[in-house]
Amino acid sequence: MIGYALKRISTAIPVLFGVVVAVFLLPRVVGGDPCRSVLGPRATAASCQQFAEANGLDQPVLQQFLTYIGNIFRGDFGESIKFSRPVMEVLFERLPLTAELALSALLLAIAVGIPLGVAAARWHNSPVDVATMAFANVGVSMPIFWLGLMLSYLFAVVLGDTWLALPPTGRFSAGLSPQPFYEVWGWTITDTSVGGGLLRFMSRFAIFNTVVSGQWTELKDALQHLVLPTVALSTIPMAVIARMTRSSLLDVLGQDYVRTAAAKGARQPRVIRRHALRNALLPVVTIIGLQLGALLGGAVLTETIFSLAGIGTALFDAIDTRDFPIVQGFTLFIASTYVVVNLLVDLSYGYLDPRVRLQ
Amino acid sequence: MGAGSGGEQAGGPGGADSLASQEAAQQRRTGDSVTRRSTGLAEGDEPSDDELLDEPLSVWRLAMRRFFRRKLGVLGLAIVTLLALVALTAPIIAPYDPIQQLDRVEGTDVARRDAPSAEHLLGLDSNARDQLSRIIYGARLSLPLGVSIVLAAIIVGASIGAIAGFFGGWLDTILMRLMDVILGFPALVLAIAIAYVLGNAIQNVLIAVAVVTLPQYARVMRASVLSIKEVDFVAASEALGASSWRMLRTRILPNALTPLIVLGTLGIAGAILEAAALSFLGLGAQPPTPEWGSMLAQEYTLIRTYPHLVIYPGLAIMVTVLGFNLLGDGLRDALDPSLNE
Repeated sequence: MIGYALKRISTAIPVLFGVVVAVFLLPRVVGGDPCRSVLGPRATAASCQQFAEANGLDQPVLQQFLTYIGNIFRGDFGESIKFSRPVMEVLFERLPLTAELALSALLLAIAVGIPLGVAAARWHNSPVDVATMAFANVGVSMPIFWLGLMLSYLFAVVLGDTWLALPPTGRFSAGLSPQPFYEVWGWTITDTSVGGGLLRFMSRFAIFNTVVSGQWTELKDALQHLVLPTVALSTIPMAVIARMTRSSLLDVLGQDYVRTAAAKGARQPRVIRRHALRNALLPVVTIIGLQLGALLGGAVLTETIFSLAGIGTALFDAIDTRDFPIVQGFTLFIASTYVVVNLLVDLSYGYLDPRVRLQ
Repeated sequence: MGAGSGGEQAGGPGGADSLASQEAAQQRRTGDSVTRRSTGLAEGDEPSDDELLDEPLSVWRLAMRRFFRRKLGVLGLAIVTLLALVALTAPIIAPYDPIQQLDRVEGTDVARRDAPSAEHLLGLDSNARDQLSRIIYGARLSLPLGVSIVLAAIIVGASIGAIAGFFGGWLDTILMRLMDVILGFPALVLAIAIAYVLGNAIQNVLIAVAVVTLPQYARVMRASVLSIKEVDFVAASEALGASSWRMLRTRILPNALTPLIVLGTLGIAGAILEAAALSFLGLGAQPPTPEWGSMLAQEYTLIRTYPHLVIYPGLAIMVTVLGFNLLGDGLRDALDPSLNE
């Protein structure tokens, strides 16, 4: 297992390095004058000279790259041009919302997708199967930005006066802003300390914050605002997971050991639960890891539709306003998260299925 | 639908009809399992009686038979054919000019954002343009765009994969690591970055989405080459003195064609979806071009008051993508029966 882990990790490192190189080169490929896009088109040559020196742009590219890598290892992603604040600060401010959204979408996709896939395989070729596959086909073909719009139209306009009504935009209703949990608990935090920063970061997870501090009205509001974006974002992963579970389980159900279990008198539910499902879920684990990419990309679209201030909208705004440090830092963060999660998924897969290690 | 008469009951053991379609998404990313298995002979399906009695059929005829036996694949083909016809005949069937602002035309009494009516089946948009005509013309853009993205990605990706697999060694390592780096980014995020770097234009969407998707073709092609390199008939050609290029062209490429066709068809679905997303984010087609994603982008804030401006362009994207997905799944079932075991 250790050998497998080392081998797998050693393939992830060049990928991460390549990602860093790509992100470093990004603004340098764009062309144009970085100085004038930051300081304005009418910046003088002298102020541009100063700008280049201040940002190390007058040094050789290799030197710049080494400095860049060094900075990354120290957690320094540069400073946002638009906000005049460290990129890391903006990232940590925006991350909780996206994490909450992506995690709840992933949970929903797994919680619905796997049972759907199991049901479709269990009652193969039945109406349940046909309906599941129809859902899966439509689901993977769905433009999620459109699905999000349709959902908000349905629940905020058509059903707007019924008990099913759900808010279409934002994280909280207007006028409702929950207190950070540490304030509710009567803690005072200093602005600069690491612990204070961590507490502030934690308090931005709206659901966590409102639960631990018992702000129930705010919790209900936060959950209601989360429903539509979550459903929209989870549709594609859900469809993919359902499809994969179904095919994988059908595959396993056709194997000899499952027939043996059935021949020994185990009933179908028991055969599935005790014998087939565990093995069938292995490929599903891999698929779930790959869905993270869809979730992170989808977050940009979902957050735009539902006016949510997460990393997706921040990245897009930064692209719009040519705020390169943000674009670089956020892209790097998203890509490395994706690489690391897929590494972890592969490692767990190798742990669960010894055959993988030996390939 | 046009399922072959009497062939239905022979649809294969274990209801092979939809079984093979599920792994689509995984293979879209990982790519290799399609090929590894597809090099085997087409033997998964039980032959029907007439297949056994008739004179032998070519592989392609057999595949066609298998394809037309599956309803969903045929439905996909019908959708795609219909859309292609719509795209081809757009100037004839579109009731209005897609860019003309109809409230400025003499003698009309239409207003911006008119709801659907008998004259304007899908209503008017915010610039008083006929939405049905715009959606019809949108097919003229999205279909060729999706196909060109995939063609570009296949040409570049398959070349990279063929070179990597054929020559091996450090070239293989470098090329495939490069592909891994592309896969290291979430697809849409990288596509956004590339499209942005290149500037807002429809041809940059083509490049962005093609770059993001080419690793899967590279992987499929490389796996194909690797698996075929070891087969005896290739070794035989080599022994007979065939050049590398000749072997690639006459021995390896034809064998890799099946997975590329299947993956490419499914890839068109993904490409159209991603291109629409980029246009929706303002990075693709620019107004007043009738493009479904950018039509949505311009009107989506009006969903509460003018839902017809949002419903139909999105529906057009979904139906198109669904058509290519179903067609791709059907082709996979037909061309690659080993997946149906």
